[in-house]
Amino acid sequence: MRFESLIDSVGRTPLVGLPRLSPSADVRIWAKLEDRNPTGSIKDRPALWMIEQAEKDGLLTPGCTILEPTSGNTGISLAMSARLKGYRLICVMPENTSEERRQLLRMWGAEIISSPAAGGSNEAVRVAKGLAAEHPDWVMLYQYGNPANWRSHYESTGPEILADLPTVTHFVAGLGTTGTLMGVGRFLRERVPGVQIVAAEPRYGELVYGLRNVDEGFIPELYDPDVLTTRFSVSSADALARTRELLGTEGIFAGISTGCALHAALGMARKAVRAGERADIVFVVADGGWKYLSTGAYEGTLDEAEDRLEGQLWA
Amino acid sequence: MAIEVRIPTILRTYTDGAKAVDASGATLEELIGDLEARHPGLRERLIDAGKLRRFVNVYLNDEDVRFLGGLGTPVADGDTVTVLPAVAGG
Repeated sequence: MRFESLIDSVGRTPLVGLPRLSPSADVRIWAKLEDRNPTGSIKDRPALWMIEQAEKDGLLTPGCTILEPTSGNTGISLAMSARLKGYRLICVMPENTSEERRQLLRMWGAEIISSPAAGGSNEAVRVAKGLAAEHPDWVMLYQYGNPANWRSHYESTGPEILADLPTVTHFVAGLGTTGTLMGVGRFLRERVPGVQIVAAEPRYGELVYGLRNVDEGFIPELYDPDVLTTRFSVSSADALARTRELLGTEGIFAGISTGCALHAALGMARKAVRAGERADIVFVVADGGWKYLSTGAYEGTLDEAEDRLEGQLWA
Repeated sequence: MAIEVRIPTILRTYTDGAKAVDASGATLEELIGDLEARHPGLRERLIDAGKLRRFVNVYLNDEDVRFLGGLGTPVADGDTVTVLPAVAGG
């Protein structure tokens, strides 16, 4: 495959079968390897779509400053595009995110403003919105509410999956900004009768949920529950166990949010087997494991790994 | 036998600091009614105008009850119900 530049190589990722984790010949699980994108995560798609839409709309012009609240991957993707396109990037990032993510951001030239650990990404969003109000000349792409986020998946991830696997019955992905599920979900629902769209939501340690009033929660503006069939909350322990299982049985070295999605995918596979129905279940490998090595997720017992992960944002 | 209800940090003022409490009922609504009898004030933090509050997520055995049957979702002994505030990802 040949491309004019790195940016042009976003997407067209492999879809690989999991012969060992699939329960039967009729119920198969497939991994969409989004770690094969230029900066190593699925976020290269929404980052590129958001930047190019802002350019088309005349919001972004050479020399502009981009501001974004991100727990890491979106920031890294934006940093790469910003470097190639000549924009300055400032990321607002919760302080309880892995050191690798920070190093990668700095490496591509992004500036980082830390937000408090307690409250997780909710706090990063709040801080970024405050900064945007103070600096009206900065352009906040705002992945949680930018339609170009879900459109990137409607226009690229979804069509790729359907072309590679026309018999797809389930799509499972992590729930963060909700962009992946909204975009792929809408695309598949329009074309595959009865397709099930399943969200796997990371359940963090208590610190992340903070001590805020329950009336001050956060739901991304992009979220439309009607696109989903159902939504699971997956504990750190289950996500870690599945991340290791994927590596041990199928050789795929993935980040922890992938274990979260795999856990829900295996749950749907069990349901299909019990019901005697055939299934082709696609789940998203959002990124590789490299950025999480320092969290100790892959070493020692699961209990030890879970303790080390307590309070960290791993998706 | 009973149903275990996991309570988020912010609502533990109603449960004397307990992370999980037991309750019973045939549906989620009955379960929350029983919770209210044992821990007065909790119901209002979960339900507003007959519906789950917007930023409160409730999971029955890890599945979001909004996709099951909402407050009418049947629950049974041995189930686990988890209450969490809505947070952002990404």
